[in-house]
Formats: sequence, structure tokens, C-alpha cells
Amino acid sequence: MSPHTKHRLLLLLPFTIFLVLAAYFAIGLTGDPSKLPSNMINKPVPEFALPGLDGGPGLASTDLKGQVRLVNIFASWCAPCRVEHPLLVRLAREEGITIHGIAYKDKPVDSQAFLDSLGNPYTSVGSDRDGRVGINFGVYGVPETYVIDKEGRIRYRHVGPLMAYDMDEVILPMLRELAK
Amino acid sequence: MKRFFCSLKRRSAIGLTTLALASLLSAPAFAVMPDEKLSDPVMEARARDISKELRCLVCQNQSIDDSNADLARDLRVLVRERLVAGDSDQQVLAYVTDRYGDFVLLRPPVKSYTIALWAGPFVVLLLAGLGTAFYLRRRRHEVETTTLPELTAEEETRLQALLDDLGTDKGQRGPSA
Repeated sequence: MSPHTKHRLLLLLPFTIFLVLAAYFAIGLTGDPSKLPSNMINKPVPEFALPGLDGGPGLASTDLKGQVRLVNIFASWCAPCRVEHPLLVRLAREEGITIHGIAYKDKPVDSQAFLDSLGNPYTSVGSDRDGRVGINFGVYGVPETYVIDKEGRIRYRHVGPLMAYDMDEVILPMLRELAK
Repeated sequence: MKRFFCSLKRRSAIGLTTLALASLLSAPAFAVMPDEKLSDPVMEARARDISKELRCLVCQNQSIDDSNADLARDLRVLVRERLVAGDSDQQVLAYVTDRYGDFVLLRPPVKSYTIALWAGPFVVLLLAGLGTAFYLRRRRHEVETTTLPELTAEEETRLQALLDDLGTDKGQRGPSA
């Protein structure tokens, strides 16, 4: 290698460093920091037994076996929950999907009023007033939606409001697959 | 009179100690609310240490000890409950990582998938060191082995002429100075 070509290669060094950094930033800065994998995937639902709303049936971990279903964690004080709610109602009514609700850190009266005004897609609702069951699920915030398989294991977690796209492209195909 | 001074001295000593202790103990009052604190100071200190290791999942770059988020508060209370129930510090951390994964730990544990993170800087340092050593050795080698080209006959005569010239210059200047 002549000294001349060596010099040329050295000139390329800043550009190479730039490319490497650009690649790092492209990976590091474009990811969504809220999309973190759940540690509960493929683990059984944490054990719990929650009272219901307004005299309705409560929800316990033992109820979550034998059938593929969704567990939706919501609260009346949570605005994105209102956004996704019509979709849940449609899923329960039109697609016949079993959805259970966990009212996270919410007064039962408020949760009930929320369901009275927006419709109730839930087969049963458990009231998690102190948020402990939420923590056992590894909840970051509301809303979150969990796909539970027939054995009562958590198979998927969706963070944030469910949109039609998430439902059609991810959740529904997964439910169909798990129901086989 | 002497007794008065003695007691004054003692009092001020006690006062200063109290002040020092108070300022030491109360210095970092972040997000932890008084009603969350445990009555046992040793237990509370352990709880604070554990809380500093745990990431607030809502704000992500704060520890639960620093964060005002609701979930951080709930986790702080949970940490204290586990301690009161007799868990060791490790058990409390394990309890939280079981639910939230290693991401909840502000200090990433050394595991197969974090090995690049932990060993990376040392690998880079090693490579840089090797590179520098190699470069320096080669340069020294180059300097030692490089031979200057021989002068041509023409250059030789020119050089000799210059040297002679210099010699006569000196000779001329010598006596006149």
C-alpha cells in the first residue's frame, strides 16, 4: 500500500464514523420507548380474586382458563380508554370475543358509570382499587390489553389504546390461532 | 460562673450535633411522601436503597425514589411491604423483576444479552491499544531501516565546493575580525 492510498483511507475515517453513528441513532431513536416486551409473556396469569362492580360478578385468575380471551385493563379516569372502548364493545358484540375487564385504581361507582354511558363489553369486571393486580400483571399504565390462552397463560400484551389496525392485524389473528 | 459556661458549651455542642444530624438525615427529600416511610430507620434506609435501583416505568429515566408518578409511588409502597414481610433486598428486587423484567433495574445485570454492553468498552479499549502499539512499532521500524539515498558524484562535488567555500570564508573573516 503506497503512502498515498493510506492517506486517502484516513480521509474516509470521519465518514465511516459518521455512518456508524448514524446507524446507531437510526436504531436507537426510532424505536417507541413505550413498546417494551412484557416479562409475563407465556407465564400463567398472576393469581388474584377481585370484587366486582355494583354487585356484579368479580374476576379471579381461576376464571381465565379453558377459553381464549382478552383481559382489558381500564379506568374511568383514563382518556385513551374512552378512545378504545367502542372497539371493545364491537368486538364483544359482533365478533363474540370474551373480554374481561380490570378497573385499575378506580372507584367502582365511577367504573360502573363509565360502562353505563359507553356500553359494557366485559363478561365480568374486577375492581383493582389499589392497583396491586395491575402490578402483578406488569402494568405500566392504562389501557393495556392481554391475550390469554386456554391454559390461562398470558400470550400477548398490547400497551395503549387498541386501534382497528391492532385488532385486525394482530389480536384477531392471534385469537383465531390460539383457539385452534 | 464556670458551671454556666460549661453548660453553655455542652448545650451548644448538643445543638450543633442535632443540627448536623438533622441536615444529614433530611438532605435528600425527593418524591417519597412522609406517609410512605417506615418507622424503622434501618428498614427505611434499605427501602430507599432498593428504590434507587428501580426504574420508574412511566418516566423511564428516573428511579421510583425520584419519581412522582402514581405507579412509582405504588412500587415504593410495595417495596416497603415486601421488606416488612421479611424479604431480603435481593428478594424484593426479584419480586419486581418477575413482573417487569430486567428493564426495571437501572443497573443492567450481567447476562448473556448484556455482555456487549458490559464488555464492549473494554474490547474497544483493547483494540485501540493494540492498534496504537502496532502503529508505533511499525513507525519505529521504518525509521530504523530507512536508508537515505547515496549522493551522486555531481552532488558530491557541489557539497565539497560548498564546504571548501565555507572554510575559505572563515579563513578570510578570521584575521580581519
